[in-house]
Amino acid sequence: MTLTEHPVRGPVGSRRPRGAPRRGGGVPIALLLPALLGLAFLTLPLIGLLARTPWSTLPQRLAEPGVLAALRLSLLTATLATLLCLLLGVPLAWLLARVEFPGRRLVRALVTVPLVLPPVVGGVALLLVFGRRGLIGGWLDQTFGITLPFTTTGVVFAEAFVAMPFLVIAVEGALRGADRRYEEAAATLGAGRWTTFTHVTVPLVGPGLAAGAVLCWARALGEFGATITFAGNYPGRTQTMPLAVYLALETDVEAAIVLSLILLVVSVVILAGLRDRWISTP
Amino acid sequence: MTGCLLDARLAVERGDFRLDVPLRVAAGEVVALLGPNGAGKTTALRALAGLQPLTAGHLTVAGSDLDRPDRRTFVPAEHRSVGVVFQDYLLFPHLNVLDNVAFGPRRHGANRRTARRSAGDWLARVGMVAHARRRPGQLSGGQAQRVALARALAVRPAVLLLDEPLAALDARTRLDTRAELHRHLAAHSGATVLVTHDPLDALVLADRLVIVEEGRVVQEGDAATVTARPRTDYVAQLVGLNLHRGRAENNHIRVADGLLLTVPERLDGDAFVAFRPSAVALHDGQPAGSPPNTWPATVAGVQRHGDNLRVQLDGPVQVAADVPPATAATLRLIPGQRVWAAVEVTETHAYPAG
Repeated sequence: MTLTEHPVRGPVGSRRPRGAPRRGGGVPIALLLPALLGLAFLTLPLIGLLARTPWSTLPQRLAEPGVLAALRLSLLTATLATLLCLLLGVPLAWLLARVEFPGRRLVRALVTVPLVLPPVVGGVALLLVFGRRGLIGGWLDQTFGITLPFTTTGVVFAEAFVAMPFLVIAVEGALRGADRRYEEAAATLGAGRWTTFTHVTVPLVGPGLAAGAVLCWARALGEFGATITFAGNYPGRTQTMPLAVYLALETDVEAAIVLSLILLVVSVVILAGLRDRWISTP
Repeated sequence: MTGCLLDARLAVERGDFRLDVPLRVAAGEVVALLGPNGAGKTTALRALAGLQPLTAGHLTVAGSDLDRPDRRTFVPAEHRSVGVVFQDYLLFPHLNVLDNVAFGPRRHGANRRTARRSAGDWLARVGMVAHARRRPGQLSGGQAQRVALARALAVRPAVLLLDEPLAALDARTRLDTRAELHRHLAAHSGATVLVTHDPLDALVLADRLVIVEEGRVVQEGDAATVTARPRTDYVAQLVGLNLHRGRAENNHIRVADGLLLTVPERLDGDAFVAFRPSAVALHDGQPAGSPPNTWPATVAGVQRHGDNLRVQLDGPVQVAADVPPATAATLRLIPGQRVWAAVEVTETHAYPAG
């Protein structure tokens, strides 16, 4: 921040009072005001949540069996959904980033559809495919006796369906940004394509992969619409935290607040922990 | 060609660019592909490594075809016995120095222990054992270069390829690294192909030079031959000679309209004539008695060149002349100044262009 770095250009620059900061002090009000409003808009609801929390009865409410069951189910299904997304989404991202094939743009567009689709519609679509009379669900039911709707597996499916695009987009971006010449170097050292992928490509895109997985997990944890449509709302089996919050809101507002607070704390703690460890922000 | 470990005609056609370079390298030999940027040297290297398939020609190492488009033979990079030192080394940033070097042996079937021991040996040879636990990001350019060399050699390649191995180094590190690299290349029993645009690297490191311009070999030979008898302007500039092509008749060569140079050799037909810039003398008027090899010229530019000044001359031919600063002051050598240039017959050297 010196004059040699930012040479004064013409009379506008020279009129600036000596010693006045060149940045910071120069933030236009037209940007500052909406920025502060935006910040307030994002943080006020969280403050409201904290303000209305029934702190005195919090311990007993936390100890209620339904709360812990919903929390455990939420963490379990979000984690399983993330694993499923990693298992299927990373190869898909690799395909989109590395292999030229006809219709690649179309495939990329299809992958992002769940991002813009209302989750409830996603749930309906999942029912039409994996439901007992669905395209694949009927066959799964008759051949293997497997039913997905209204089961915990169904929750994982619904969450993975909604969350996977986040992972695919993040990982594909990381793969495109990675220097492919490292893969060539690995090949000259005798590494086949699979070994190169596991030993060079994945470590190189590690930060992008972690960011994608965290986004994916967070999205899965908060999933509501597709879950309630496809998996229903059975306590202990398919009732995740967001569903429990919504249900509690109809009967006991304080319980809803407590559940929301738990969801908030758990996600913030986990995201903050992962962020420090895995994600380097520029 | 018997006796050659590597025998190739590297032909790659990509859009407007055409590479067609015949190349033979014996075991233990170091060949430098020397040429200006964009000449196709790196493409040739990538074709040798298996990172760029040939579109025609062939590549045979130790008698087996690695790439022969007309027989649909292509051995991918991971199955070739090559080691590559890339221009910016490409050390894996997520692995430490030891594991970078162990990467190759590991992929060639060694277990982790053996691979690490072998990597340690190679690091010892390049003097980098003390840095085995460091990450590539913590190394200086010269150190990274040595690790990259160890990594390439650790797979015991039949063919060692180096892409501008010293280009990323500063001048001082370059000097030390060049000498050290020369020692390692001399010890390598396989074929070595070195790509560079720096004539000094090529002259110091290579047994033989192959000069590539616009995808074709323009000259080939050992350092002495290439420096004594350059065949293109590029090579002449590299070795610091004035080079002109013309038609020879006995010991005269007509290099341009109105300029007939007299040379010591007796030749006929297309010929080159070469002379050092320091052999060109400048005068403010036509030398008395009209000796041979004098012509009027115009000063196009003057710049420092060691202790002397290098004067670029326009005229019937473009010539560089090295003159002492005193002469330059007397003649008032500024661009546009008209002078006479003169070269002694014995200072010229002519050879056939055919």
